[in-house]
Amino acid sequence: MAAEPVVKLTRKEFVSDQDVRWCPGCGDYSVLANVQRVMPDLGVPRENVVFVSGIGCSSRFPYYMNTYGFHTIHGRAPAFATGIKASRPELSVWIVTGDGDGLSIGGNHLLHSIRRNIDTQILLFNNRIYGLTKGQYSPTSEVGIKTKSTPQGSIDHPVDPIAFALGCGATFIARTIDVDAKHMQVILKRAHEHKGTAFIEILQNCPVFNDGIWDDVQDRKSRAQAALVLEHGKPLVFGTLDNQKGIVFKDGIPSVIDLAEGDDPIERGVVVHDERPQASSYAGVLATLRRPEFPLPVGVFRAVEKPTYEAMLQDQVDSAVSQLGAGDLRKLLHSGDTWQI
Amino acid sequence: MTPNDREKKSAPKNDSPLKSSERIEGVAIRFAGDSGDGMQLTGTKFTDETALAGNDLSTFPDFPAEIRAPAGTMAGVSGFQIHFSSIDIHTPADQPDVLIAFNPAALRANVDDVKPNGMVIVNIDSFNQKARSRAGYLEDPLPDLRDRFQLVEVPFTTLNREALQGLDLSQREIDRCKNFFALGVLCWLYGRPMEATERWLGGKFKGDVLEGNVRTLRAGHAFGETTELFPVSFVVPAAKIESGTYRNITGNQALAWGIVAAGVQMERNVFLGAYPITPASDVLHEVARYRHFGVKTFQAEDEIAAISSTIGASFAGQLAVTVSSGPGFILKQEALGLAVMVELPLVAIDVQRAGPSTGSPTKTEQGDLLAVLYGRHSESPIPVIAPSTPGDCFHTMLEAFRMAVKYMTPVIVLSDSFLANSSEPWLIPDVDALERFPVTHATVPEVGEFQPYSRHPETLARPWAIPGTKGLEHRIGGLTKEDITGNVVYDADNHGKMNRLRKEKIAGIAKDLPPIEVDGPAEGEILVIGWGGTLGPITAAVESLREEGLSVSRIHLRHLNPFPSDLGDVLRRFENVLLPELSDGHLAMLLRAKYLIDVKSLPKIEGLPFKISELTEAIRELHTASA
Repeated sequence: MAAEPVVKLTRKEFVSDQDVRWCPGCGDYSVLANVQRVMPDLGVPRENVVFVSGIGCSSRFPYYMNTYGFHTIHGRAPAFATGIKASRPELSVWIVTGDGDGLSIGGNHLLHSIRRNIDTQILLFNNRIYGLTKGQYSPTSEVGIKTKSTPQGSIDHPVDPIAFALGCGATFIARTIDVDAKHMQVILKRAHEHKGTAFIEILQNCPVFNDGIWDDVQDRKSRAQAALVLEHGKPLVFGTLDNQKGIVFKDGIPSVIDLAEGDDPIERGVVVHDERPQASSYAGVLATLRRPEFPLPVGVFRAVEKPTYEAMLQDQVDSAVSQLGAGDLRKLLHSGDTWQI
Repeated sequence: MTPNDREKKSAPKNDSPLKSSERIEGVAIRFAGDSGDGMQLTGTKFTDETALAGNDLSTFPDFPAEIRAPAGTMAGVSGFQIHFSSIDIHTPADQPDVLIAFNPAALRANVDDVKPNGMVIVNIDSFNQKARSRAGYLEDPLPDLRDRFQLVEVPFTTLNREALQGLDLSQREIDRCKNFFALGVLCWLYGRPMEATERWLGGKFKGDVLEGNVRTLRAGHAFGETTELFPVSFVVPAAKIESGTYRNITGNQALAWGIVAAGVQMERNVFLGAYPITPASDVLHEVARYRHFGVKTFQAEDEIAAISSTIGASFAGQLAVTVSSGPGFILKQEALGLAVMVELPLVAIDVQRAGPSTGSPTKTEQGDLLAVLYGRHSESPIPVIAPSTPGDCFHTMLEAFRMAVKYMTPVIVLSDSFLANSSEPWLIPDVDALERFPVTHATVPEVGEFQPYSRHPETLARPWAIPGTKGLEHRIGGLTKEDITGNVVYDADNHGKMNRLRKEKIAGIAKDLPPIEVDGPAEGEILVIGWGGTLGPITAAVESLREEGLSVSRIHLRHLNPFPSDLGDVLRRFENVLLPELSDGHLAMLLRAKYLIDVKSLPKIEGLPFKISELTEAIRELHTASA
């Protein structure tokens, strides 16, 4: 096939002709816009992009992308995506899921697709509530939350998506915020560049059933104090110029220190962020940082290299062909003991 | 028996090995021992030798679900039956003529099945008081058996130990070879060659383990030749069967090879997503060996991921297949409903086993028919094909893939545990004569816009447009699709229309099905109708009754959805329709409902295949009642 001249696509070309049907003010709109905006920069032909989703509000996502798309069944998107990517490694496969879809009914598939390190991007929209079924608590909801199914308050301990992904051995883990377009676009590009499973928790607001849960990190004013922006090689500092703070570890236990103007954070013992340690203990500590005691880390927690599932599978096929020759059906049927009548 | 007696009985004689031989038409032999005694292996090797001797044969492995139940207990008894003959046979036989029992538990579990006055060979070394009581025998069972059977007491353990003296093997390793001593005896008794087994051993073992197995195999053969315990040997002449090249094949192996063959014949890569489950795992194991055919296998985290990855691979343009058994298959039903909705081609195999629930995982049943037809929510038609013999599993897979792609639909293949594990001589098909069916994917239309839910005017199949094709980007999913565009709509008329279109599409497959072949008179008193894995016993029963002069006709259904168009007409031509099936009458209920015919059900729900005698009895009863 002759190579076609590369014409850079525009955001518009990734917008499908379907009407978007999320509630007014839903955080999903901004995620969709950012994904559509980033797509042309990735250099992947549109026909090689596949969006796969499960069930839930966020899972309507593929209908709005003018790429290939598959809206599957509840919780199973990673398994569908595995079949697609394992059989066609050249495709760019994106999984869109939510806290209920991905961590409740689909927790098992999320675990296994992450541990296999199949080269997909997993966007987990975390609004800590079931939206499509109209407001039941989710596996990321706080203890005590009163919802239709928990009139006296939830008694479930929540799961943390970042800690979950770490436990599964994820090779790329990040967190971003629905309304922070710039940050999200950087994270999306990094996720795409990463070879292996790239897991992104997107803090997303549900204005109808769980409004305001991420307010302090979403709000531009409070974000400086509420969010800790992770950057590889840079110290864990946050706050405003006149009120800067840093994270120090003492005996592995994190705490917040105040930094005076002119202080060198590194000299003060502030931890320098490193995405690359093979052991997950450092990222594990970061995952425990929670509001209000700590700022909430956003950015890339971890980015390490490991062979991908689909590449190793293809290698096995290729090496079998080179060792045994391309399959010959007649030879197969006549292999072993045969006899003539 | 005193040690002296034993010595006298077993000591090989030095006089002439020449013994008389007797020509027989066929024989059924059952090997039985602890599940760790290697009974399945012994049976399989004897089967290979028998196939090479040119007999028709049929086997039935019957083993416990436990991998190693406590030694010497009834729970741990594993059996393998082989029936071979100089004439065409259809089943592993109702009753074995010969039983080889490696311990008292194996004897107790099997001896009542043996034909009156049949031969019972016991490993007398294992008949001590302790082993007897572990098997639940209060007294020595052997004296009583001497009146009912030709009892042959062979000290297999001792003879094997003697044969292997001087080898650098532990006692345990030596004792593990004793099944090959027994195999040697049987090979002598029925004139089987042993080259194939020795060749197999050579490929499997080396050093003293190889030497030990070969030596004891030959020692067993020599023992048979010289001992007085066996006064005659038997000759089972080769069967007169269609000429060609044959091999042995089990149903699971044939399913696996059919999957690989489909990739070749349809010129597409195969993707198999599966989760281990008895008795279907062997299909995964077997297909996983053929990566050089471009086949990718994926052991998923669970049954749902197995079918989901399969549907994903189909969306990506692969020949996609998943394989499971009842409890696992049920977990796939929601995803299969999605496959119906998005109209993607794939094959889902259910190797049925006895249920409900975990049930008897190693026993056979046809009890999933209604579940695979109606076990999904709402209107969810899927074609169902059932192979009828181990070898037929190969051709069924080719047919299933062709149907799936031609009609853009999931297709269910209903095998069963009996077909999966039994073997038969299989006439290897001529690869050049197999139909080639290259897959074509949708391309950009010359005029107008691409419509993912437009339909082929005859088959009603929608186009198979795969990622990577520029200009065909589209979205599919489980929400109700608008006719032609595939867009999400909530219009009631459209919802009904799409339901009817999918139903019509599957019903239309009947046009491709050949007319039903009636074995026997085309009309008359009795029609026996079967489906799937019961073909062998039903054929044998009908043939034996015809020899008695009864007029019985027989049909066997391969397509359970849609039914062949002429099924109702065929059924109506008979006064009585009898339907034996290994369920509580699933197909009988369907036929009664669909054709308003008084089909008589002959259900069997014991987890075992039909015995010929059970069928002949029921048919005779029907004949008497209607006379």
